[in-house]
Amino acid sequence: MVGEPTAISGVRMASSDRLEAKTSSDTDKLLGGEVGDYFALLKPRVMSLVVFTAFVGLMIAPGALHPVIGFTALLAIAIGSGAAGALNMWFDADIDAVMRRTAMRPVPAGRVAASEALAIGVILSVGSVAVLGLITNWIAAALLALTIVFYVVVYTMWLKRLTPQNIVIGGAAGAMPPVIGWAAVTGGISVESALLFAIIFLWTPPHFWALSLYRSDDYRRAGVPMLPVVRGVKETKRQILLYSIILGIFAPAPALIGMATPIYGVLAAALGVLFVWLAWQTWRMADDDREMRPARRLFGFSLLYLFLLFAILLVEQGIERVMT
Amino acid sequence: MSVDKEALAQDRIRLSAAQQRRRRSRSVALALILGGVVALFYLVTVAKLGSNILVRPL
Repeated sequence: MVGEPTAISGVRMASSDRLEAKTSSDTDKLLGGEVGDYFALLKPRVMSLVVFTAFVGLMIAPGALHPVIGFTALLAIAIGSGAAGALNMWFDADIDAVMRRTAMRPVPAGRVAASEALAIGVILSVGSVAVLGLITNWIAAALLALTIVFYVVVYTMWLKRLTPQNIVIGGAAGAMPPVIGWAAVTGGISVESALLFAIIFLWTPPHFWALSLYRSDDYRRAGVPMLPVVRGVKETKRQILLYSIILGIFAPAPALIGMATPIYGVLAAALGVLFVWLAWQTWRMADDDREMRPARRLFGFSLLYLFLLFAILLVEQGIERVMT
Repeated sequence: MSVDKEALAQDRIRLSAAQQRRRRSRSVALALILGGVVALFYLVTVAKLGSNILVRPL
C-alpha cells in the first residue's frame, strides 16, 4: 500500500500515510475546514456594519415592509455582502498571506481551499440577489448585484493593486447598503438615500487611511499601493484631515433637507467636531511615530461615529412613528 | 474486467478523527441552514400572499 499513488481531485498523493489530515495540508484543504472558517469567509465584522446601515435605510424609508419580508431583505443584503467578502478572500489570498492582519484568514491560512471560497461567493451572490429581487423589487436587487460586482471587480481585482485612490472609489461599495435598504422599501433611489450614501462614502477614506497609517508595513510588504506607502505618512495625514473636515460639514445635511430633526443636526455637528479634532491630532502626530496612537484612536472613533450617526437617524424615526 | 476490491478499499481516503468531526459539524450546519431557508421561504410566501394563500382553483 505504501507508495501507491492516489488521485484526489487532480492532486496525486504518494501514499495512504500522507492521506492522514495531520500530515498533509493539501488533503486537509480538500476535505474542508471548520464551520467557523466558512463563516469567517463572509467577513462577519464588515457584515455587521452593512446590516446596521441597511437596516437604518430600510427603517427610515417612507413606507413599510412586512417584518418577515424586511428581515429576509436584510438577510439577503447581509449574505450579498458576505458573498462579496468571500470573493475578495478568494482573489486576495496572495496578498492576505503576507499581511499580519489578514494572514490568519481561512484561505491564506490553508483552512479553506480558494476554489471553495470562489464557489461559495458566486452561489451566495446569485442567491442573495435573486431572493432580494423576488421578495422586494428588482431595483433593490440590481443595486445589490452592482455593489457585489463593484466591490469584487472594480475594487478588489482592479483598483486595490493599482492606485492609492483604491479605497476612495472602492468605498462606494461600502456606502451602498442603506441605499439598497431604502430601495427595498420604496423601489427607487432618492435624495435622502443618496445622502446616506454620501456620508459613508466620505467617511471611508479617513477610516481606512487611519488604519493604513499604522499598518503601512503590511501594505508595503504585500505591494498594495495604499496612500501611506505611495505618497507617504505626511500626505496621508493631510488627506485624512481634509476628508474629515468635509465629512464633518456634510454629515448634518439630513437635518437641512428635513430628513432628520435639528437634534440630529446638532449631534452630527458635535460628533463631526470630535472627528476633526482626532484627525487634527493625527495630523500633528510625528511622521516617524511608531505607536501612532492618534491614528488608532481616530480609527476606533470612526466606527463609533458612523454607528452613532445612523443610530440617531433610527431613533428619531422610531420616535416619529410612535408619535404619529 | 476484474476489479480488485481490496486494492480499491485500500486506496480510499481515511479520514482522521478531527476530519470526521469537522465533516460532521459541516453537515449539521448545512442541514440547519437548509432547514432555516425552507422555513424562511415558507414564512415569506405566507407574508407575501397573505389571505390569498387560501384562494386557489380546486
